[in-house]
Amino acid sequence: MRNTVANRQVICDVLMETARQDPDLVVLCSDSRGSASLSKFADTYPRQFVEVGIAEQDLVSISAGLASCGKRAFAASPACFLSTRSMEQARVDVAYSNTNVKLIGISGGISYGALGLTHHSAQDIAVMGSIPNLRVYLPSDRFQTRLLMEQLVRDDAPAYLRVGRNPVEDVYEEGRVPFEMDRATTVCEGEDLTLIACGEMVRVALDAAALLREKQIFCRVLDMYCIKPLDKEAVLRAARETRAIVTLEEHSIIGGLGSLVCQVVAEENRCPVHCMALPDSAPVAGKSQEVFAYYGLEPNHVASVCADLLNR
Amino acid sequence: MENLQAKAYSLRRDILDMIYRAKTGHIGGDFSVCEILTVLYWRHMNVSPQTMDDPDRDRFVMSKGHSVEALYSVLASRGFFPKEDLLTFSQFKTKYIGHPNNKVNGIEMNSGSLGHGLPVGVGMALAAKMDGRSYRTYVVMGDGELAEGSVWEAFMSAGHYKLDNLIAMIDRNRLQISGSTEVVMHHENLEQRVRAFDWNVIQAEGNSIEALDRALCQAKAFRGAPTCIIANTTKGCGVSFMENQAGWHHRVPTEAEYRAAVRELAEKEAEASA
Ligand SMILES: [Mg+2]
Repeated sequence: MRNTVANRQVICDVLMETARQDPDLVVLCSDSRGSASLSKFADTYPRQFVEVGIAEQDLVSISAGLASCGKRAFAASPACFLSTRSMEQARVDVAYSNTNVKLIGISGGISYGALGLTHHSAQDIAVMGSIPNLRVYLPSDRFQTRLLMEQLVRDDAPAYLRVGRNPVEDVYEEGRVPFEMDRATTVCEGEDLTLIACGEMVRVALDAAALLREKQIFCRVLDMYCIKPLDKEAVLRAARETRAIVTLEEHSIIGGLGSLVCQVVAEENRCPVHCMALPDSAPVAGKSQEVFAYYGLEPNHVASVCADLLNR
Repeated sequence: MENLQAKAYSLRRDILDMIYRAKTGHIGGDFSVCEILTVLYWRHMNVSPQTMDDPDRDRFVMSKGHSVEALYSVLASRGFFPKEDLLTFSQFKTKYIGHPNNKVNGIEMNSGSLGHGLPVGVGMALAAKMDGRSYRTYVVMGDGELAEGSVWEAFMSAGHYKLDNLIAMIDRNRLQISGSTEVVMHHENLEQRVRAFDWNVIQAEGNSIEALDRALCQAKAFRGAPTCIIANTTKGCGVSFMENQAGWHHRVPTEAEYRAAVRELAEKEAEASA
């Protein structure tokens, strides 16, 4: 049965559970409560909810002001606007001033399909990942999103979290979700090649690994939900223990997971890396799955790229 | 009670020394904002070096961060850190850099990029309302800064949430780096503009301790809306050849200018003390 629970819904659930016990948890939206699945939060905890209107700069700075006075501020807005319109507020008021603000980028990547480049966040890893003192997370499925959120509602440091709009197929099984904060999760083991993916692409990587297994090619799949701090040890282990690395992400080919992995692998120059991502151009219109398929971000193409890489 | 008008002149001498020594700084805006900071730190704000962890302390954000030399002088004089620390201003590895940062005792938030202070202040004021605390939030802005759109987002949200615990002070010196604010991007209807965002607005003589004191008393008594004090100041105030000269936005005085400025500030301080 297909999963029908979107990651953003899980975020709301954890915020609701936490707000019940923690009056200092506050949620802010920029006319985005519906798209963030936070209407229920706003209705249940009106005194812990702040609406700022369509004003992402204000959203982030107000969050920082609240946090500087002891609040745990969660600012939720479409990832495209949050990561670019308010980048400076994230850089200065959140990261530089070191305020306990969690920036929740919703409808990330190309979730908004046919709405065009304005609504895509295919640069957010590059943008937010370059800000000192800002962690960046792209969880894969609803179970991992929950475990990550349970950490983020407790800790005191700034972070940016991106999730997609639609429910995604589970990567893990309920109750059996290996998770260690800021460590990549090894979703499956293999010695031939390593697929490193984040966000919605982890499921694609896992499916590609299954196809390859039929051809007696055994892939390791790493769920690198922690883009920053990147789990460098897991990357270096993959470079030492497997023959090639393929990265997979719903992000521009420039400055995302692939770039970060290459930087780490280049330190030792042990194995080839092939990066699969969105192109450095406005993506074609279409539903997420159509767009992914067009750019080869689907299991069959990923599997053939991996097989070719090993035959080189 | 201490003569704060004289105090403001003595702070200007500290600022002048700091900038002359480091050969960098924003002297024009420092000098226009001196009375604003003096009246806040010596008469109106509930802050002290010992209470920076007190949740009920007033909050202050220096949104015109380039006037940090003025803020440093005030904080040192109020005992937040030793005056000797300022010998390192702008030097290698110092924490006393050219814009406020909260590694320095007494500074709540980092600034420097304009248009950040007011929305941050909105968050601080909202936090006080949520927690039922009585502290106030003060934000000092420049007038050139008002061209930043984020300032108006914050005027809007503060008016919407009726944040009467928020006081914004605009150092209205009518100059910015390129020249007259009215030529670069005019604000001639500033009072009406801010009023239109549902703020209480008070105009005051911005280099007069007594006028600012009266305006702040009114602002604190006002209920139901945030207050904006338009402090009509003179850029470079206190040194005749710097006053109203856009060039002194960040010029460093020569030795002769430094000596002349020291002399003039000493005279003004003595006059104010008399
Ligand atoms: Mg000015």
